[in-house]
Amino acid sequence: MADRILLRHLDVPDIRKLEVYVEHGGYEAAQKALTSLSPQDVTSQVKDANLRGRGGAGFVAGMKWGFLPKDSDKPVYLCANADESEPGTFKDRALIEWNTHTLLEGIVISAYAINAHTAYIYIRGEFALGAKRLHEAIEAAYAGGFLGKNIFGSGFDLDVYVHRGAGAYICGEETGLIQSLEGKRAYPRIKPPFPAVYGLFGCPTIVQNVETLACVPSIIHKGPVWFKAIGPETGPGPKIYCVSGHVEKPGLYELPMGMSLRELIYDYAGGIQGGKHLKAVMPGGSSFPILTPDEIDVNMDFDSMRAIGAFLGTAGIIVMDEDTCMVQALEIIDRFYHHESCGQCSPCREGTGWLHKLLVRLEEGNGQPEDIDLIDQICTNMTGNTVCVLADAAAMPTRSYLSKFRDEFVAHITQGGCPLRNDRQPRAA
Amino acid sequence: MPNIEIDGQEITVEAGLNLIQAAERLGIEVPHYCYHPGLSISGNCRMCLVEIEKMPKLQIACNTRVNEGMVIRTTSPKVKAAQAAVLEFLLINHPVDCPICDQAGECKLQDYYMDYGAYKSRMPLEAKAAKDKAVEIGPQVMLDQERCILCARCTRFLDEVTKTGELGIFERGDHCKIDLFPGKTLDNPYSMNVVDVCPVGALTAKDFRFQARVWYLEKTASICTRCETGCNIDIYHRRGRMYRFRPRQNMEVNEFWMCDEGRLSYRALQQESRILQPLVRAETAFRQTSWDGALQQLVEILRHAAAEGGRGAVAALIGAKASNEEAYLLARILRHQLGTHQVAGLSWSPDMAAHDGLLIRADKNPNTRGLKTLGLLNGGGEADQILHAADQGAIKILFVFGIDLVAAVGQATAEAALAGVKLILLDTDYTDTTEYADLVLPIAAAPETDGSCINYAGRVQCLRQAFPPPGQVKTGWEALALLSTRLGGPDSVSISEVFAELTAAVPALAGLTYGKIGPHGLPLPALQPEPNAAEALA
Repeated sequence: MADRILLRHLDVPDIRKLEVYVEHGGYEAAQKALTSLSPQDVTSQVKDANLRGRGGAGFVAGMKWGFLPKDSDKPVYLCANADESEPGTFKDRALIEWNTHTLLEGIVISAYAINAHTAYIYIRGEFALGAKRLHEAIEAAYAGGFLGKNIFGSGFDLDVYVHRGAGAYICGEETGLIQSLEGKRAYPRIKPPFPAVYGLFGCPTIVQNVETLACVPSIIHKGPVWFKAIGPETGPGPKIYCVSGHVEKPGLYELPMGMSLRELIYDYAGGIQGGKHLKAVMPGGSSFPILTPDEIDVNMDFDSMRAIGAFLGTAGIIVMDEDTCMVQALEIIDRFYHHESCGQCSPCREGTGWLHKLLVRLEEGNGQPEDIDLIDQICTNMTGNTVCVLADAAAMPTRSYLSKFRDEFVAHITQGGCPLRNDRQPRAA
Repeated sequence: MPNIEIDGQEITVEAGLNLIQAAERLGIEVPHYCYHPGLSISGNCRMCLVEIEKMPKLQIACNTRVNEGMVIRTTSPKVKAAQAAVLEFLLINHPVDCPICDQAGECKLQDYYMDYGAYKSRMPLEAKAAKDKAVEIGPQVMLDQERCILCARCTRFLDEVTKTGELGIFERGDHCKIDLFPGKTLDNPYSMNVVDVCPVGALTAKDFRFQARVWYLEKTASICTRCETGCNIDIYHRRGRMYRFRPRQNMEVNEFWMCDEGRLSYRALQQESRILQPLVRAETAFRQTSWDGALQQLVEILRHAAAEGGRGAVAALIGAKASNEEAYLLARILRHQLGTHQVAGLSWSPDMAAHDGLLIRADKNPNTRGLKTLGLLNGGGEADQILHAADQGAIKILFVFGIDLVAAVGQATAEAALAGVKLILLDTDYTDTTEYADLVLPIAAAPETDGSCINYAGRVQCLRQAFPPPGQVKTGWEALALLSTRLGGPDSVSISEVFAELTAAVPALAGLTYGKIGPHGLPLPALQPEPNAAEALA
């Protein structure tokens, strides 16, 4: 792709600075939207572009905006979800730190479309640099007339606030985010009602991922037809793929939606480190099933992935080579969900911890023959029965590891330890 | 009114009910921990999952409202599997220390395990998460974090009802725990309600810890007499000894709650200071006597006074702790057998008492409104007039029923009034006033008697006898019936008979019968809307 949209800083150094951003056409899309398009026009362009949420669920953004009540007298809020914490995912961080105004411009246009005059950027607490860059960019945007009162003389007002989280994965769940923003414990809310109807402070609220919002200026600038031509029509647009793990060139790759997973690993990321063989790959962060080498001839877009029982998720591609112990890998993943379960719903609170304890036991060589079935049953009991999907997000990868690498789990039990003689000690549950 | 079907049974229920409430109508229990009808919906325990036709996933019954045509299954294999799974999750880190847990016997973990769980443990004991036990979180409440299932009922109670927010949930995942916010103590006047709402043994009352196994206790539905609210309670007792009061649901009075002061008032009702036998003054000290001997003495005193000063020389003061029946009987005796109208109610509360906007009210008497309804407390200073008359020597015999006169009117006034009279005292306990008595008739405390009271809002409610009075003590109405017959008046054989007589005499109570009052009380007939008033307004 010739011009990068999301990782523009690779083509234009210092694009995060307002003067450079403006020099390169920055805020033109916002000006166009606010001065020549109605909010409905903006919404329908975003809807026509089939822009789907980049946070993992892939919901059509324009459709979500359409769920806002038409006759409400309450204020509408826009929340940018910058609580990026999915394992293997580091795209939003780059956007925030290096392409800050792209995100802000997306916020201005989206807020205009949904008639929000207040927008919050909920940023993960650990992103100190990102928060600093956001503050700087917001200050500059206010000074330049791109935020605040009467933007572009359009009569549209918008205030943007940055809220730093305290480091909890659950705050990335949109209702957890809203609770946290309200100053409460980030217990996800029961849905319905969805945030579009009852969100922040009980008001209609749209929560969008940073990358989703960053796509919006280009849609207004170049039109939905242009956008739809990038990748598959049902879920098009530029996409940042995060490739990590045992590859020669880990990093962020901005490419069209729907890239071949094999190409991403072997061509863009330079293949497996040291010429080893691929053992497994988690294509969309850690919350979805793992893929084996014979499953990587798939296009990385929402629908193609679903067709093979996988998920695009955040496109956080975690690559594992032939020497990886799958029990250990799963122990690390389940340690994460154990650590991050908010503790609200019994099946998740207790189930994530139980899974982790069993995996530590397996990896330490103390596993019992019945443990594999037990883990599988715990996953069954955790699935589909909780307020949010964190329990499912722990159960889904766990089951896929068990079914796809069952021999390795059995070997840990029969040999009383890791057959790969991995000397790493699992951390206590 | 949606028509729904639950487990094959059809029912029509009001719109707005949730599925736990709707199932209750059919006598079907949907097991639950976090749902409490007096608190907001939390939906965290996942125990109340049910299957609803046309919905792919199981739904939590607490947060699902009835809808026309809904078909619900609460016992399908899918539901049963989910219930067993949730129970297993709740119990994997539970210490299972039932043998030393006060909740045993009324614990929803125990109950539901037998009903819905009954699986073999798959979690070795040593792998359980360890947390704090026996944490003192306030003057009345102890916390055991290991037993807690994090249903958040306690935190919701403190956030939503008392709005004091002392407790919160800290940490995440299976490290989650209930604890005090820094610098806080659970010391609000309603703190012990968290013990009631706790479905497990995580929050226990210091007062009740290790005192009794609940299955040994009997339960009697009565009312609290600590103030004029008249919270509905259950008295838990065994062999004439009380162990605790707990609030009993009455949406018209106390909903689900009661104050700590009222809850702990059972202690004051079974103190060492109880008078257990009739007493007559002999020289300077009291002599114990029988009821027969005491009534003989009373007749002597009355005859003596009649010879001296005639009918106007007798009067009675009735404390607002007296039930309607007691007050009525004493007034009747004074009017008919002793021929005087000098009978007045006396409602006294300590100065510092105040209404707190919730349940605690300034009037510390359970039946001030009752005495007013009976015409014994008309606000014209009748009690003061009697005391003044006694001071002036115009009264020779004073009956005082159920009130410590010294505390109520002060030492000086009481002494002046009582110096020249023969004092016939009917009360439960030794007080400062007992010193002045010539004859003491011991009467039952509230938990030992039947009787009706009218709360501040005009609701007629019943005290129910939990156990018979101790020693030679008689219930107030029985003592007065005895007195009546001894003085040539009519006998009374039951509380309902007294109540019937009373309703005939008091127009405000017309139409009521004792049996009709029921466990939740009734508003005074005059306060009840006309049967078709609602229709007339519509």
